[in-house]
Formats: sequence, C-alpha cells, structure tokens
Amino acid sequence: MLEIEKLSAGYGPIPAIREISLTVPEGRVVSIIGANGAGKSTLLKAVSGLNANKSGCILFQGRNITGLGADRIVGLGLSQVAEGRQIFAHMSVADNIQLGAYLYYRRRHRAEIKERSDQVYAMFPILAKRAKQIAGTLSGGEQQMLAIGRALMTRPKLLLLDEPSMGLAPIVVQEIFQTIETLNGMGMTILLVEQNARAALQIADFAYVLETGQVVLKGPAAQLLNDPKVKAAYLGG
Amino acid sequence: METFPFLNQLLQFLVTGLTVGAIYAMVAIGFNIIYNVTEIINLAQGEFVMLGGLVMVSVHTSLGLPLLLAFPVTVLVVTLVGVLLDRLAIRPIRKPSVMTLIIATVAASIIIKGLAMIIWGKSPYDLPAFSGRTPIDIGGVIIQPQYLWVIGFLVAVAVGLTLFFNRTILGKAMGACADNPDAARLVGINVRHMVLLSFALSAAIGAVAGLTLTPIALMDYDRGAMLAIKGFGAAILGGLGSFPGAILGGLILGLIESLSAGMLASGYKDAYALIILLAVLFIRPSGILGNLEVTRFKRF
Ligand SMILES: Nc1ncnc2c1ncn2[C@@H]1O[C@H](COP(=O)(O)OP(=O)(O)O)[C@@H](O)[C@H]1O
Ligand SMILES: [Mg+2]
Repeated sequence: MLEIEKLSAGYGPIPAIREISLTVPEGRVVSIIGANGAGKSTLLKAVSGLNANKSGCILFQGRNITGLGADRIVGLGLSQVAEGRQIFAHMSVADNIQLGAYLYYRRRHRAEIKERSDQVYAMFPILAKRAKQIAGTLSGGEQQMLAIGRALMTRPKLLLLDEPSMGLAPIVVQEIFQTIETLNGMGMTILLVEQNARAALQIADFAYVLETGQVVLKGPAAQLLNDPKVKAAYLGG
Repeated sequence: METFPFLNQLLQFLVTGLTVGAIYAMVAIGFNIIYNVTEIINLAQGEFVMLGGLVMVSVHTSLGLPLLLAFPVTVLVVTLVGVLLDRLAIRPIRKPSVMTLIIATVAASIIIKGLAMIIWGKSPYDLPAFSGRTPIDIGGVIIQPQYLWVIGFLVAVAVGLTLFFNRTILGKAMGACADNPDAARLVGINVRHMVLLSFALSAAIGAVAGLTLTPIALMDYDRGAMLAIKGFGAAILGGLGSFPGAILGGLILGLIESLSAGMLASGYKDAYALIILLAVLFIRPSGILGNLEVTRFKRF
C-alpha cells in the first residue's frame, strides 16, 4: 500500500533521515522503532507531506505522492496522527471530530459523516461524554483518542501513528494499543512509530529499526522481539 | 429636561463615543481575523476602511447606483482589493517571516493610499446618510440616525462572525489554522486558502466600517493610517486576537476620545486615548481580554 524508496528528508541542508526504503503492505501493522532523535517523526512527516524538504520516492497505492502537500495527501486516504497529539486545543471535542471530515463536508455526505462520527464515539465513549468540552482540557490519553478519532474521520486507508503512547499511564497505553489492534482487525493498514518497542513489536507484523536516520535492521516483528541486538538496545536486555 | 445640562452633555459624549468606538471595533475585528490565522498585523487594514468610503462615493454618488445596490458592490470591490493584497503582497514572499509580511502590508498600504490619491484626489468626500440627517432627540440627547446604522452594523458583524466561526465548517477551519496550522493541514485544510479568506473577510468588514463612517465624518485618501492606528490600539487594548476584546477595546477607545475631547482640551484627544492605552498595557500587557489562560475569550 505504501512504498518508500531512498527517502531522505530533514530541516536544513543536512538530512535527518537518509535513503530510507520501506514497505507497508495492505492490511498490516508495520512498526518503526528507534531511540529519541533517530528520525522517526521526520520520516512520518515526509510521508504525510508536512515536511516538503525531501528527496526520493513515496508511492501510496501506486501513486507518486512525493511532491504533494499534506492537505492533498490526506484526501487520498493517508492520515497521520502526529507526535504530541496535535489536536485543536482551543476547540471543542465535537469540533475536532467534525473537522476531521473537512474534505468531504457536504450536505450529501451528512449520513456518512454521522455514521463515521458515531463509530468514533462508540470506539471512544469518553469522547462522546466530553463532546462539548474544550479539547485542550482533556487528559493526555483522551487527547490521544481524540487525535486518533479525528484521523479516522478523514476516511483513511492507511494510518500513520507517531508515538501514540508517549507520556501516557501504562493502563492507557494498553488501551491505545488495543485500539490499534482493533482498527487493524477492521482492515486498517497501520504504520506505527514507537519508542515503546516491546508493545509495538507485539502488535506489528513487520518492523524496522531506525538509528541516526538510517534503517539498521528490519524483519518480521516476532523475529526482532527475539533478536539479541534489539533486546539489548530497545527491550531492556 | 433642561434641568440637567451637564448630564445631557455627558450622555451626548457617550453616544458619539460609542459610535466612533464601533468603527474602531470593526477595524480591530479586521486586524484580529488576519492575525488569528497568520499572526500578521495587517497595517493596510485602515486602507480598506478608506476605500470602503471612497468606493461607495464613486458607485453611489458618481455612478448613481441606489444605496441598496451600491453597498454590496462597494463591499465586493474592497474585498477584491483584500484578495489582491494577499495574492500580490503576501503570497509571493518566498521565505516569509511574520516581520517581512508585516512590512509588506505597510508597503501595500502606501501603494493603496497613493492610488487612492490619484483616483479621488485630496479633497474629502461626503455621502448621504442612509436614513437622512433628521436628528432623533431623546430627552435632549441628539442622536444622528447614521449613528444607529454604525452601531447596527457592528452588531451585525459580530453576530455574523459568531455564526460563521462557530457554526460553519469553513469558519471552524479558519479557527483550526489559527489553533494548529500543521494539524489543520493534516485534516486537509489548505492553509493558503484560509489566509486568502481572512484577507477577504477583513477587507469586507473594513469596507462596511468605511462606508458607514463617511456620512458622519467624511472620507479622504489620507484617513487610513489614523484609522489603522486607532483600530490596532483597540485590538491591543482588548487583547490581540480576541473578538469580544476588539469590541470592548474599540468602544472604550471611542468613549475616552469623545469624553476627553468634550471635557478637556479637544486638540489632544488622540493623545488621551494613547495614554490610556499605554497605561492599560502597562498594567495588563496582554490586554483586557487577552489573557493567554482564558482562551475561551479568544472567540466570540
Ligand atoms: N523542526 C526541526 N528542525 C530542525 N531539526 C529537527 C527538527 N525536528 C527534528 N529535528 C532533528 O532531526 C533529527 C530527527 O528528529 P526526529 O525525527 O524528531 O526523531 P524521533 O522522532 O525519532 O525522535 C534529530 O536530530 C532532531 O534534532
Ligand atoms: Mg518523534
């Protein structure tokens, strides 16, 4: 579904990620693990179009999206849940969800929008309860759910998740990972970036290890879970 | 009725002050719309007001279009100028920083003013008042019907924007750009379109302020800068970015001007307003409603 070839990207003349090649097959969960500063977010931002300073090739469903901006790419069915949630903090929860449907917000899609938001609220009942609340006042876990819910409103076929477990209590982390599994069970393709390597590898089919902007290791997630190098560096021995 | 001359006079100043203040409030709202989406202070905002008055003079007085038709035509023309301002002065800048963009608006304001001088000359123009000039006498306080139009338009603008920003997806999308531009792009909002829309909307509101003000205070090519300063002062006073703050700031500024001009020496009315503005900012640097914590005041 997503094929990345020799992608380099960064913020200045020196790229933060170099010549990364990576594939996400349809219906799978692919995970990228790596330490802080390895370039995971830079990679996702280059794919979603937020970062335009890049070279290489990104194919989404066979279509070259390398030169497209973020607001175009999301319309094709590739939706990113950015690092640090990035909700509309001054707006209500309901408005955040509604804005997820911005690209197809027309009268004739009213039924679909209602159906989708009902699904999101069913998946995260707490959001329904807090629908009128200002999003910035939600707890970290609730904000993450809102960010995922808003992304689901964009009619994604591929979901990019950037450290969804960051800064959350263990019980909430578990809940988020369960949600990811549920989504994948419903057919959603997922590219998951995590520092919580163990949890990520447990739900992923395939994984890549990123170090200083390059892929140093890749393989089936189950295999990486037992890899001595991965164990030593990312799974606490 | 003639027993309270002082009270009557005070009320008279209040009425005038609120009217002038309503104009400042509309200018301040224009500043805020663009500021909220882009963080740019559009220093050409006053030129929209000036153009609103002068274009109306041309379409209504010179071309003879009836008021009801001249009004939308004028707003449309000035809105177009706002669109051009974005397309010609803002968007072409390659590596935009907020400061270069603000300087671009200064340059644009000088150009607009120059063109206005070429088109309309230097003399001030009048417009017929919308509902005549027969004053309404309420207990000795004289109210020009046009005053009511000014205040009515401020109310209409405030109500209209409230509905727009809170009820329509486009309004919410504009708010989203102000809130978190990257997140806005991730849900498919084209931030450039929203910037364009913010300039168009600001220009339209500026035009309304200008064409309602002209029957009261005349209009000439050179009025933009002063109106921009007053409107900017009002926006700062109320808290930059806050719409209720813009209205509050505008009305307070208008009242100070009117009262100080009436009670003290009128030659210094601009100075009094400035002094109060500086004093408020000294005590509350974020403006009256511009408290960063109280974000709910940011929108209507
Ligand atoms: N906005 C930015 N401007 C400049 N450098 C950045 C920016 N964001 C990240 N970097 C740098 O790019 C590298 C990769 O960062 P990032 O992709 O955020 O890593 P990760 O998400 O894996 O923690 C780091 O060296 C970081 O300092
Ligand atoms: Mg990161």
